[in-house]
Amino acid sequence: MTDLLTLAGVHTHVGRYHILQGVDFSVAEGQTTMLLGRNGAGKTSTLRTIMGLWQASAGQISLGGQRIEKSATPDIARLGVGYVPESMAVFSDLSVKENLVLAARDGPLDDTRLEWIFGFFPALKRFWLSRAGALSGGQKQMLSIARAIVEPRKLLLIDEPTKGLAPAIVVALIECFAEVKRRGATILLVEQNFHAARELGDKVLVMDNGKIVHRGEMAALASDVALQERLLGLSLEAHQ
Amino acid sequence: MTDLAASGALPKPKRDILPVLLPAIVALAMLPLIGSGSSWVTLTVASLAMGMMIFIMASGLTLVFGLMDVLNFGHGAFIAVGAYVATLVLLPLASWVQADSLWLNLAVLAPAALLSMAVSGALGLVVERVLILPVYGQHLKQILMTTGGLIVAEQTLYALWGPQIIPLPLPTSLRGSFIIGDIAIAKYRLLAMLVGLVVFAGIQLVLNRTKIGLLIRAGVENREMVEALGYRIRRLFLGVFMVGSGLAGLGGVMWALYREQVHASMGNDLTVLVFIVVIIGGLGSIGGCFIGALLVAMVANYGGFLVPKLALVSNILLMVAILMWRPRGLYAVTSR
Amino acid sequence: MMILSGDPPRSRVLSIVLIVIIAALAVTPLLFPGAKAMNVATKICIFAALVASYDLLLGYTGSVSFAHTMFYGIGSYSIAIALYSMGPSWAAVATGVIVGLPLAMLLALGIGLFSLRVEAIFFAMITLAVASAFLVLASQLSWLTGGEDGRSFQLPELLRPGTVLISKDVFGFELNGRVLTYYVIFIASAAMILALLRVVNSPFGRVLQAIRENRFRAEALGFRTVFHLTYANCLAALVAAGAGMLNALWLRYAGPDTSLSFSIMLDILLMVVIGGMGTIYGAIIGATIFILAQNYLQALMGAASNAAADAGLPLLPGLLHPDRWLLWLGLLFIASVYFFPTGVVGRLRNPPRPSS
Repeated sequence: MTDLLTLAGVHTHVGRYHILQGVDFSVAEGQTTMLLGRNGAGKTSTLRTIMGLWQASAGQISLGGQRIEKSATPDIARLGVGYVPESMAVFSDLSVKENLVLAARDGPLDDTRLEWIFGFFPALKRFWLSRAGALSGGQKQMLSIARAIVEPRKLLLIDEPTKGLAPAIVVALIECFAEVKRRGATILLVEQNFHAARELGDKVLVMDNGKIVHRGEMAALASDVALQERLLGLSLEAHQ
Repeated sequence: MTDLAASGALPKPKRDILPVLLPAIVALAMLPLIGSGSSWVTLTVASLAMGMMIFIMASGLTLVFGLMDVLNFGHGAFIAVGAYVATLVLLPLASWVQADSLWLNLAVLAPAALLSMAVSGALGLVVERVLILPVYGQHLKQILMTTGGLIVAEQTLYALWGPQIIPLPLPTSLRGSFIIGDIAIAKYRLLAMLVGLVVFAGIQLVLNRTKIGLLIRAGVENREMVEALGYRIRRLFLGVFMVGSGLAGLGGVMWALYREQVHASMGNDLTVLVFIVVIIGGLGSIGGCFIGALLVAMVANYGGFLVPKLALVSNILLMVAILMWRPRGLYAVTSR
Repeated sequence: MMILSGDPPRSRVLSIVLIVIIAALAVTPLLFPGAKAMNVATKICIFAALVASYDLLLGYTGSVSFAHTMFYGIGSYSIAIALYSMGPSWAAVATGVIVGLPLAMLLALGIGLFSLRVEAIFFAMITLAVASAFLVLASQLSWLTGGEDGRSFQLPELLRPGTVLISKDVFGFELNGRVLTYYVIFIASAAMILALLRVVNSPFGRVLQAIRENRFRAEALGFRTVFHLTYANCLAALVAAGAGMLNALWLRYAGPDTSLSFSIMLDILLMVVIGGMGTIYGAIIGATIFILAQNYLQALMGAASNAAADAGLPLLPGLLHPDRWLLWLGLLFIASVYFFPTGVVGRLRNPPRPSS
């Protein structure tokens, strides 16, 4: 199995803060890798650095064999990366339709693909022409994810999609990701929700203080409660 | 699968129409104060015409600020340059200007306007690359650099054309007014209103019906996310900046014809008004800019009629009043 | 060192330059008693203080205001109106001071507090609008301000040029009222600049710098930024008004063009940026460079322009025309903002090290 995304010795400084202090990991193609860790460990910063929103001050990032640590964000996106930020970042003033039209940069919206998305998120079909700003939190999250999958992408970077959402919606998201995964996408997912992590994750990475402190199989971590407590300060079971 | 549709129907977005009604409210409120119906009509038409011209000048600035977070204190330079460039066409072809034929007049005005827009737009390109790009993101330096640019531009205009006022007569067929009863409606003012509405409609069309417009509207809200979707939005910035400068140039031509004179200092005088309009309207909002321009023009005209000495001060009072009501302007668009 | 409030020039070249400037200013009435030289020297003193007060705002709190000339104008007009209406007496001068300073402070208070209600970004634009309105107001209220023509007045007897205190025969130069006025201005300007140095080097000044760096963080640390910013605004306004009063005393006149015009505001901006923002000393350097250029560069440009015209070159005569000196200073300004953001003072303090 080849590695689609590789980070080697990546450091990121934001202002005076040395946030990423030598991050090394690989994400295997076709697999879903979970990125776990305490708040402030550097998970979001890692995604932002990969996406080029913050430039790494040192280190290398490769995507599909191509070095991207110095590339501009639009260019990285065009290599086939979809990004779902922690803040969702839907365009409030635009309609649901317009948000998706923007996201579908390779061509017009594919009806079949849209129907597939509506299958998971019927709200998006119902509020197709409504202003995105009027949607509820859960619906905005659906829109944000829909934007990332409206066209097939090689790599999906997803930052805490289930945060603050009702359980019913979380179920829908998990089903969606499972299907996307089944279709062969590579996913790097930051997630605090253990149930979602266990359902979807093949591999797991744990971050602390801007470094990776554990890498391995998700199944192994899920069955080792002592390891969980050591790495994350609590058992994942309790953190539902 | 759980019924996600259970979340119910979306609340109908509350249309924020109070700002839209403001100009009408002000205009009607002025009627009793002014007394004479015919004077009121004249003043209202003057307000609408002036408002359109100011809107044309200000529209570029508000979009540039909303989209690019750029404060161009030298915006007035584009206005003045537009006016001066127009003289390059209108003065040599004075015979066409003086001819009493609408077609001949328009035939000379159109190229003058187009040339002004082109030159102002090109100047915009230079300004963006030389003054703004190097200090992108640093507000303080931007203000200083663009103010410096204004100084240099104004001085260059003086060097090229001299410090005297250049008279720019209105084309003959656009002089005078249509008389309806005892109401006189100046012909040029009607043209100005027409041009302004066309520009407004054009901008709205581009913003709402084209992909570029989509990018602009999204970019005003969240530049980063637009880039993360794969769009090189920086290139769009330059285009918007150039269009904005071009529009300022057009506004400059129209204003120069309105006042029938061209002078390098006109940039400065109008900059203040344009800033007030942009602040009132809300940075980044075309609709707000439109309403703001109308309000400012109304205050200038009605105010000039009722309390002539306090024209500019009353615009400051208007700005203060609106900011007290809505501290970010009538329609605050950007998330900043 | 105490007198400089622990903030010395920190550069040998800068110290020498400053000493030369200050010494030259101190002895101008003795060595260069001609009218032009005296005018230039006075203007340097007054603008050094005015620009230093602006540096407090721009360089130390990081806020760009286009309304600074308003305070300058208030100072000028207070003195002028008082001496015009009450006659040339010291009581009138005192009245002018007592009316002008609080008025400036109140206006600064108003602007400062209002600006804190709106986004910081609006502040610069709003101050531009307010300053323009003020200018128009001053022209319109001609019964008070003399409108476009301004107000001329006579100075108290001690300060008049005709008053000879020590005649020429005693020391070789004449100590008259004009010279006395000059020294009043010199000493007052120096005192204001030293006071500003004291303020920016006090704990208060350090808080201002913290606010400039990161306002949010300063607030999170517990500093009431509203208080600090308003206080700084008021201080700057007081010094600016003071400079305006000195200006009126020298010119025996106050008018829109000498105290309120937008070009004065731009001049201040050029001086503070070229001299060096956030240094206070930059004000002295910037004022000197600018005013010397304004008065003596034009002669040079005139010669160059004529030469170009004689040589038949196309654009050059227009661009080099002495009236266009501001064009070149504007270019210098832009270059300063971009290449030397710390100005002359910054450059002298931290000369660019040769790359190894």
